[in-house]
Formats: sequence, C-alpha cells, structure tokens
Amino acid sequence: MRVLMFGWEFPPHIAGGLGTATYGLTRGLAKHGVEIKMVVPKAYGDEDQRFVRVVNASDVVTRFGDVRYRDVWDRMSFIEIDSNLIPYCSPEEWECKKEAWKSGKAYEGTDLWEGRFSFSGRYGENLMEEVARYAMVAARVAEELQGQFDVIHAHDWLTYYAGIAAKAVSGRPLVVHMHATEYDRSGENVNRMVYDIEKAGMEAADRVIAVSNLTRNIVIEKYGIAAEKVVAVHNAVRFASSTPEDVERGVEDKIVTFLGRITYQKGPDYFVEAAAKVLKRVPNVRFVMAGSGDMMNHVVRRVAKLGIADRFHFTGFLKGDDVQKMFMLSDVYVMPSVSEPFGISPLEAMRSNVPVIISKQSGVAEVLEYAVKVDYWDVDALADAIYALVEYPALSSMFSEKGLEEVTGLKWDNAAAKVKRVYESVI
Amino acid sequence: MKTVCFYFQVHQPMRLRRYRFFDMGRHHNYLDDAANRSIMQKVARRCYLPMNALLLRLIEKFEGRFRVTFSISGSAVEQFKSFAPEVLESFRKLAATGCVEFLAETYSHSLSSLANMDEFRSEVERHRAMVEQEFGQTPRAFRNTELIYSDDIGAEVSKMGFGTMLAEGAKHVLGWKSPNYVYSGGSLRLLLRNYKLSDDIAFRFSNREWSEWPLTAQKYVDWVSEGAGDVTNLFMDYETFGEHQWADSGIFDFFERLPGVMLDRGLEFATVSEVGYESVGSLSCPHPMSWADEERDVTAWLGNELQDEAFGKLYGLREKVLAVDDADFYFVWRFMQNSDHFYYMATKWLSDGDVHTYFNPYGSAYEAFINYMNVLADFSIELDRKLEDKN
Repeated sequence: MRVLMFGWEFPPHIAGGLGTATYGLTRGLAKHGVEIKMVVPKAYGDEDQRFVRVVNASDVVTRFGDVRYRDVWDRMSFIEIDSNLIPYCSPEEWECKKEAWKSGKAYEGTDLWEGRFSFSGRYGENLMEEVARYAMVAARVAEELQGQFDVIHAHDWLTYYAGIAAKAVSGRPLVVHMHATEYDRSGENVNRMVYDIEKAGMEAADRVIAVSNLTRNIVIEKYGIAAEKVVAVHNAVRFASSTPEDVERGVEDKIVTFLGRITYQKGPDYFVEAAAKVLKRVPNVRFVMAGSGDMMNHVVRRVAKLGIADRFHFTGFLKGDDVQKMFMLSDVYVMPSVSEPFGISPLEAMRSNVPVIISKQSGVAEVLEYAVKVDYWDVDALADAIYALVEYPALSSMFSEKGLEEVTGLKWDNAAAKVKRVYESVI
Repeated sequence: MKTVCFYFQVHQPMRLRRYRFFDMGRHHNYLDDAANRSIMQKVARRCYLPMNALLLRLIEKFEGRFRVTFSISGSAVEQFKSFAPEVLESFRKLAATGCVEFLAETYSHSLSSLANMDEFRSEVERHRAMVEQEFGQTPRAFRNTELIYSDDIGAEVSKMGFGTMLAEGAKHVLGWKSPNYVYSGGSLRLLLRNYKLSDDIAFRFSNREWSEWPLTAQKYVDWVSEGAGDVTNLFMDYETFGEHQWADSGIFDFFERLPGVMLDRGLEFATVSEVGYESVGSLSCPHPMSWADEERDVTAWLGNELQDEAFGKLYGLREKVLAVDDADFYFVWRFMQNSDHFYYMATKWLSDGDVHTYFNPYGSAYEAFINYMNVLADFSIELDRKLEDKN
C-alpha cells in the first residue's frame, strides 16, 4: 500500500494537535507496512530558499535522529513545498501574518524542480490564493509521482484542493481527514469560503475520515455528506517514553487545571463559573488557567469580578516542559469544550495520573470510560464533579489509576489499522 | 508681595519581578532587583544628583531667599540606601541648608487613605519617623499619595497634628476660584497646585508642538507675575528634571535661571509651611480628588474590576500581617501597597494613555494584575504558614 499524503508539520517542529495527530498516524501506518510520501508546506514564511524540495528517506532518518525506528522511516519520504500555509489558519489570522511574509523575498534557486514550474513568481496575496497555489504544486507532484502511489490522503481543509487536484491528475482515490470542522473553529459564524472548501473536499473524496462520531455527525448534518462515505476513526496518543522527574509542589492546596487556548470553543467561561461555585464550599483549592487566547482578558476580568483572583491563577502560554510540569502539579484536569472534534489534552493529563472532567461535546468523550463527563454548559454539574474529585480521595484515585490504564491502551496502531482498511475499501 | 512655592515629589516604586504560578510556595523573592537597581541608578544619574547639586548651588547663591519643599516616599529612601546612597547624602545636604522643608506622606506611597484609616495612620507615622531620622526635621505639613484629598482624609490628617495639606487645584472643586490662594478644609490649611503653570514645566517644557515652545525663564516668570492671588503653587514630580524632561531639552538651564528672574521681579519663595497668608475661604471636597489624569480623580488606581479585586484582597490581609508582626512580612506588605501596582492595572486609555504606557513595565493591565495576584497569593500562603507556626 502506497499513500501520497498532504499533511502538516513533522518532528521535531510540531506546534499543534494537528501535527501531533498526523505524526502519530503516519507512524502507525508505517508499522502496518504502508509506504507514505508526505507532502508538507515547508515555509512558515520566513525561512526559505527553494521552491520544492525532495528529502530522501535517509536524510529524513538523520534529520529525526531516531535510529530506533529506522524501519518505520524507511517507508516514508517527505516532499516539502515552500508555502505559507500553516495549520489552523483562518483567513482572518492569515491577514495578520502575511505582512511579515511579504517582506521576505520570492523564491529563487537552482533546484532541479524549479525550471518546470511557471508560476507568477510571487506568493499568494491571500490565504485562498495560497491554498490554490499549493494545489497547483500538488498537481505537479502527483504527476511526477504517477504510478508510485495507490491512494491520496489529505488532512484538513487547507490541503483539500491539493488532494482534489492530485486526484484529478492521477485518477487515484482520495481520502480526506476531518480533524476539525469550521463549526468547531468558529461556532456558528462559519467562514463561508472555508466551509465551501471543506465541503468540496469531502464531496470529491471517496471516503471521509472523521476523528470522532461527533465530527462525523457534523459532517453528515451540516455538510450534507452521504453517511456511508464517512468513517469515524478516533485519534490515539503517543507518549514520550521518558517522563520528566518529579516536580516540587509549592502549594498544599488541590489544583484544578484548565490547559488550552483561551477561546470561545474551549469553554473557559464555564470553568471560571464552576471555580467560583467550588470556592464557596471548599477553601483549599486553587484553579489554574494555562494558555492564552482571544478570551483571556475577558476571563481575567470575570475572575476579578467574582472576587476569586487570589485562588485563580493564570500562567500564560506554556512552552516545552512547563506543560508536563503543569499536568504533574494538577489534581483535577478540566476540559469544558463547547465543541471539540477530539481533544488530546485530557489523555495527556490521564497519562500523568490526573483525573479528568471532559465535556460531553468532545470527541474524546466517545473513547474514554474513566473520565467524568458533563455538558459544557452545566456549570453546576461541573462544580459538583470538581468538588467530588477534590474531596473524595477514593474517587480520584480510582479515576487516576483506571484512567492511566485506559489511556495506555489507546494506540495509534489501532487507529492506523482502521485507516488502512479505509484505504483498502477505495482502491 | 507674591509668593512662589515649589514642591517636588520623589518616589520610586518597588517593581515586582515576573512571578509565575510555578514560583508559588517555592520562591518568595518578589522584587525585580535588577530593574529596581538600574532604574534607580539611571534616575540618580540623570535627575537626583545633578538637580540636587543645582538646588544646592542656588540656595547658596541666594543666601536663604530661594527655598523649596520635598516629599520623599519611604520606598524611594529604602532604594536610595540599597542602590544609590550618594543620593540620600545629597538630600541630607539640602536639608542642612535650612532652606528645604520635608513633608510627611504615606511611607509606601500607598492608597491606604482610601482603604483603611488605621493603616493610613500607621503609614504616615512611619514616614514621619523616617523623615526625622534621615533628615532631622519633624514634618508639619502633609501631602497624600498623588495629592489625593477629600474632606474625610483632610479631617484624619488634621487629627494627626498637621496644619497644612497639599491638594490639586482641580477645576471641578474650585469652579471659578483661583488656586493661588490659601484655602481651608476643616482646620487644615490647603495649598492647591496651580496645574497649568506646574504642567508647563512638568509636561510641556520640551514639547515642540506646544505653541509656547521654547519656554524661557523670562516668559515663565511673566506668567507667574501676571496671575492673580497670593501664592503660586508649583507642585511636580522631581523626576521632571532630567528624567521626564531630558537634560538636552535645556530644563536644567531653565531652572538655573528661574529663581534669579523671579527674585528680580519681586517674587519671594516660601516652603509649604512658611506660606503665611490667611485662608480666603473653605473648600468642600466630598469625593477624593488627585493630581492625576484629566479627571483629577482616583480612577487611575481604582475602579476597574482588576484594581478593585487586587486592592480589596491586599487590604484584606492587614489583620494577618499585624498578627504575624515580623519585619520581613512588613517589608512585603509595604511595597505591595505602592500605588504604582494599581496604576499598571488601569484600563482607561483615553487622553492619558500615553502617560500610563510610559510608566508601565507590563504589556497590559491584565499582565500586571496576574503578576500582582500571583505574588499576593504566595504572600498570603506564607502569612498563613507563619501564623500556624506562631500558634
């Protein structure tokens, strides 16, 4: 089985959940003997040099420095396209970033690929142009690699035109992967252009993979995609084999943590309201909101207004080891997302022995048994759950022990096997 | 004969370091020593030392006819001792001339007069003792943090034995009346800042967009002489000289010429307590006013959710601090009261946004609030621990 995949970041440069998931999935697929040619946008804007670059497998291995998995990486090769696409980007965010990119130079170079492309010679003026440009390059890549792949797999909307183009050129079947829908990103204020691309990608696809049944239902109901074409394959999680050494606990109080972007869809407001309710009953608890986002100032004000700022702390955006450290300091982890296609962070918390409370409106709720599940809007239920996990040690130790077992069983191998079956069904 | 009364405010806050959630319960060093040191030394070099030397020269030159008043916060004096002892020495030299009066204020440059009168009194007593010890004078006049004044605060100050207090010549309180007279508030004599003439030096001096730029000593003294009234109160931050208005703006040359020109025109100088005129009438000020911002009220420090929460939580700790009764804890308790911390949390960015940004080490009010509350939370934990140990 040979796959031409349009994806995102690869290690060590992983920024977000999408890159992590793509990476985990490709590793799993490689173990199942699937050969992957991965096409990724190279430039986040500032670097670069050449237009298209092919990295051969041996280069990839040294680049990753991970010889243990040589057999896995030998099955993969990377094609980097110098493009300003970045995961999660919305047209609005792109507007902000493009000024920085424009100051950079247009591509130039002596690459062997260069002469074969006759583009206008400048970067796309807007995100949609960039998406289209990426698709044109994808078509050339597909033509170049004709006969070397059996199926095309595209991750999230920015690469869907690329997938469609590759399919048109090669005649190979297309699988598109919905990691998130425009509804998850923007609530009901969907960006029409993004929605249209998602819809076009799914309509042109032979199969659609959704990261949860929640997402699958959105795809069917809001995008009108035929149900039999849509398959739910839950994400898994891959943990670093080494855990960092114990962190020293500074405070004796129980710590309840929210970790993620502080944006509408993550439900930070509900966490704050629940915190105020809990603090009325139990004095020895502290709440931590780790992350940053467009709702942060609003949340800070609300916390001040509720008069709980001496027990509700903000860490700002956490980098590197601090994320792990934060999990290790936590006694309860809360993910009150309003809409979460999957949601990997509760799994990371469970891995650190932290009991988790998740909203029923998250994809990950479908695969977890040992997590307290509440409706995101039900602040009372959330407060009850926090209270219980803080006050009843028997309950929290049950959740943390069983939760660790459970999360350890969520393997990318299994998810990859399902994805492989999806490939087989369309060839 | 008309009197000119110069009063300069000297204050440096104790700035907090970036104190993270992960530090809580583990590290209790809250101050940004590097920033506090470098700022103190920079301001000493640009302002305190050269301006003190200039004032000393002028005082000697005019043989007692040139007189000025200072108020120096306890936070500033402590930082002189740590980072720039030569500055404290030069202030002592000024004190020794007999031509310089030192006022009493709150030790920590705090807003305690708006929070807790017991704390306010203890802040003032501590400051009065400090002035006696450092400068060998017993203050007779009082200036509150940021010139915050209300009838209630005035009554309290009067009870503490002060005869004179400074206040802003705020339009909304004065109405048609001129700030250039002595007024009374209860049994206190009130000297009101002439904000127009004070800000001509403090804010506008180097502004080339200003129609009066460049400001000469002659022109300025014309304005002072033309004004009605008995006394022109020129109250400003001392950092005006060399720090807010840089040396290359000519501010030092301007000031060097000023006393001579004023004396030639028949103006006389007096320190705050020496201003001898009778009160022309009483002033009513039910709501606190200050010398800050267009509004001349206290909304630069209090009023938004962040400020009110931080302020309430801070003063809520007072009983515990007194119960612990420990020098280290008092030290933190005092610098946490610096009004500046609350200024950094201001979210009103209209006419005075520039000034707020200039003095703000934080990227936003929210950052300032988060950092302050982290420190306060740790301080509170430590207070509880200490109290447990004691009992």
